[in-house]
Amino acid sequence: MIIGGGPAGLEAAYNIAINGYKVTILEKDNEIGGNIKKWVKLFPDFGDAAEIRKAFADKVNKGNIEIQTGVEISELYSENEKWFAKNGNNVIYSADAALLATGFEAFDARRKEELGYGIYDNVITSVDFEEMYKTGKILTAQGTVPKRIAFLNCVGSRDEKVGNHYCSRVCCINAVKQATEFKELVPDAEAYCFYMDMRMAGQFYEELYRKSQEKYNVNYIRGRISEAAATFDKRIQIKSEDTLTGLPMKMTVDILVLMVGIESSASTTELSRQNGINGEYGFAKSLGLYISDNLTKKAGLFLAGSCKRPLTLPETVADSRAASVQILNYLKLN
Amino acid sequence: MNYHPFIIPFSAGAIFLFAVVIYKFVKWFRNLDRKQMYFVNKNIFSFKTIEAIGETFREALIHRNIYKKNPLLGYMHMSLAFGWFLLIAVGKTESSFYAGTFFEEPWLAIFFKYFAKEQHSYFMAAEFSFIMDLLLLIVLSGVALALFKRVRSNFLGMKKATKHSKFDRIALASLWWIFPLRLLAESTTAAVAGNGNFLTGTVGNWLSGLPVEAIELPMWWAYSFSLCAFFVSLPFSRYMHIPTEVALIFLRKWGATAGEQYSGMTDLQLNSCSRCGICIDSCQLNFAADINHVQSVYFIRDTRYKKLTDEVANNCLMCGRCVEACPVGLELTVIRQQLRNKAEIPGKHYFEYNKAEESKNKTDVIYFAGCMTHLTPSIIISMKKIFNEAGERFWFMDEDKGLCCGRPMRQQGFVQQSKDLISKNMRLIASSGAKMMVTSCPICYKSFTEEYVLDIPVMHHTEYIKMLMDKKRINVKKSDLNMVYHDPCELGRGSGIFEQPRDVLRQTGNLRVSEFEKENALCCGGSLSNTVIELDTQIKIRNHALEVLTESKPDVLATACPLCKKSFVHGNKAKVMDIAEIVADCLNLQSEKNEKKSVNKKESIEFI
Repeated sequence: MIIGGGPAGLEAAYNIAINGYKVTILEKDNEIGGNIKKWVKLFPDFGDAAEIRKAFADKVNKGNIEIQTGVEISELYSENEKWFAKNGNNVIYSADAALLATGFEAFDARRKEELGYGIYDNVITSVDFEEMYKTGKILTAQGTVPKRIAFLNCVGSRDEKVGNHYCSRVCCINAVKQATEFKELVPDAEAYCFYMDMRMAGQFYEELYRKSQEKYNVNYIRGRISEAAATFDKRIQIKSEDTLTGLPMKMTVDILVLMVGIESSASTTELSRQNGINGEYGFAKSLGLYISDNLTKKAGLFLAGSCKRPLTLPETVADSRAASVQILNYLKLN
Repeated sequence: MNYHPFIIPFSAGAIFLFAVVIYKFVKWFRNLDRKQMYFVNKNIFSFKTIEAIGETFREALIHRNIYKKNPLLGYMHMSLAFGWFLLIAVGKTESSFYAGTFFEEPWLAIFFKYFAKEQHSYFMAAEFSFIMDLLLLIVLSGVALALFKRVRSNFLGMKKATKHSKFDRIALASLWWIFPLRLLAESTTAAVAGNGNFLTGTVGNWLSGLPVEAIELPMWWAYSFSLCAFFVSLPFSRYMHIPTEVALIFLRKWGATAGEQYSGMTDLQLNSCSRCGICIDSCQLNFAADINHVQSVYFIRDTRYKKLTDEVANNCLMCGRCVEACPVGLELTVIRQQLRNKAEIPGKHYFEYNKAEESKNKTDVIYFAGCMTHLTPSIIISMKKIFNEAGERFWFMDEDKGLCCGRPMRQQGFVQQSKDLISKNMRLIASSGAKMMVTSCPICYKSFTEEYVLDIPVMHHTEYIKMLMDKKRINVKKSDLNMVYHDPCELGRGSGIFEQPRDVLRQTGNLRVSEFEKENALCCGGSLSNTVIELDTQIKIRNHALEVLTESKPDVLATACPLCKKSFVHGNKAKVMDIAEIVADCLNLQSEKNEKKSVNKKESIEFI
């Protein structure tokens, strides 16, 4: 039984089923795919998200895997070495082992009201940017082509005030990717990226970061944006400080993109709390970081993917395979 | 003459006490500032003096305020204070009757039973004997409760008792000894003379097996010494509050209050603190963040003994909960502010860029959002919507965000800089010709109402919206949202605005009550006044408050302060909205019906 039909859940389902076990995937959305459903191209090589999603779907489209979509699990518990999951309509699913692959949710940018998300139409999030990019155009709320765009990193990450001290790890490179995409669409426009640190620790990340500056002329400014306000023509005036020159700055942009961080999903928080495996910030807690990162203190309950912490897609897939091995071992020995 | 050497310790102690108290009072009165002296001179020969006598009786003797908060604690204080007072008053009357003159030896009343050992027949001797025993019993019951409170403070409804200093312990110990020793002294005398009433007589009977004649005098000596010890330590201990509180009651009745600067009135208040510790239980730093050395009782004590550290002075949310709880009614936040006023940095002038001294905008109403409101722009948008709906001609004074009301600087002790800024702002406000000023921030509101001299009314937007609704200038439809209202410190306790926001909320949704409301409301933890605690402590305070406020699982947690809103939003536990937003959402828009009716075209363009 796998809770969550995103990359982690799908990859594990395939690996377990191919070994002759019957697998049920319980997905709360009406379609499988998880958070990659929202993406068009993936960093760092602009891989097609739809294609990757299709590859995952093909993998699980085989005999032993039952996919239940539109099923949101509200309770997860074990009795006599069996695992049970109950949805809102009190339908109970049972299995010999359960895998929590409930993933992440994007930070709700409304919680940083000073940045104006949900208040000014031209303040959008990185998720909204992808949504817009699907249409092949990046336009302001008034339908005009933007002349200047700003990306702000660390919205809801590394932010004591909102209680998230951790780094979400994917937003820096995602901002580089989106700024590059924007410049490809609107070469004459200016793109600015406000950051605390550019954390480019992944294969091809640094190269992409460099290319965005050299080829696409994206400007990187070290400083956070303290507040945003709308001007009379509905553009966004931002206040920041360039901490490298030590000067305060004011700038008016057509679109402000907030690079929202990764937070634990509601299901992750709730189901791990029920099983006493709740870790920090609402994420699920594994038994140990080094050699038992897919196990929990409850026998038969396993973890995979970004329900534990922010992970990139390749990391999630690798982690999910590791979880599959642990589950197969468990099923064999019990 | 009724004399025995054992009266010497008592008499010496009493003379010392009077001398020190008079010396201190003279010093403090001479240090009153001009304004305070003006009120003293104005009201000293008025009806207010008689009122003060009444209040002295109610508060200093009967302790009505403590009674109201906690009857058992009230009884303890009353039995000690009023009981002792009556013991002196009735004892004095008795000894005067006995001596046949009002001018008998001053110590006679104190050691009466010893000198009046032999049966005497004076007016109502039997009645006096009974009353004096009864009074002694009442005082002793108070002492017993006080002893018990030391051991188990929660028995008397107090979670935390004050930790006391050395002088307090000496005074406290001698105070505890006075009455048991008096009982023993009077009882042994009763045993020797074979008299005494229900208390001294009975105890005397129990003691009659002992060599009472030998222990009688040592008991009177011990009684006299314990009085002496108490009198000598009193002016240096917390018991100085006994004489000082009386003086404070008079000054307060005459109209004197603590001003901006440290004065004689501050000294009087510092010495009026009885260190009862009621403020500790009311303090959120104590019960939500486990910080137990900065509460008003310790702050006042440290200031009085000149041991105040910056850490204690600045580690306070200035929420005013202790002011509300204090049975003596001390101006605790005002005094703390005085002790913070120190950082006068010469040569540094802020807001020099604020050159605008004349407003070019002639207007009816000034809207001053405040710096914190600029970080919660949905409040500003809602206010603009409400202004436009009411057809108000308004000028958004701090739209460019350069202006400040001056209060944050003042709270950090930059008083002169704050004054400079305020006088600039006042010129700006006066030149606009506005008839009214509206602000969205309770901190600005308090600043405008208390520190500015303006000849136009200043309203917080809760009051203003209430007025618009009362005058039918805006119409709202009631939503089915369940709401709990959080009173911001500066608006509620600070400015007494409790009902206006509640009225507005009742007309826009279903208002539910919460455990901590109005005067008893909690601080959101986001207070700008505390420069000591770090974010994790603020979060503890905020989470506790949030827990309490969302207990009934409301749809919306309503508040009327941008700072409170931001604190609670970050807690991520409930939907938090400012009253202005709720009203803006519930508006029955007139302007939609008859389009472009708007009075001020310029403003409607600005409307985002």
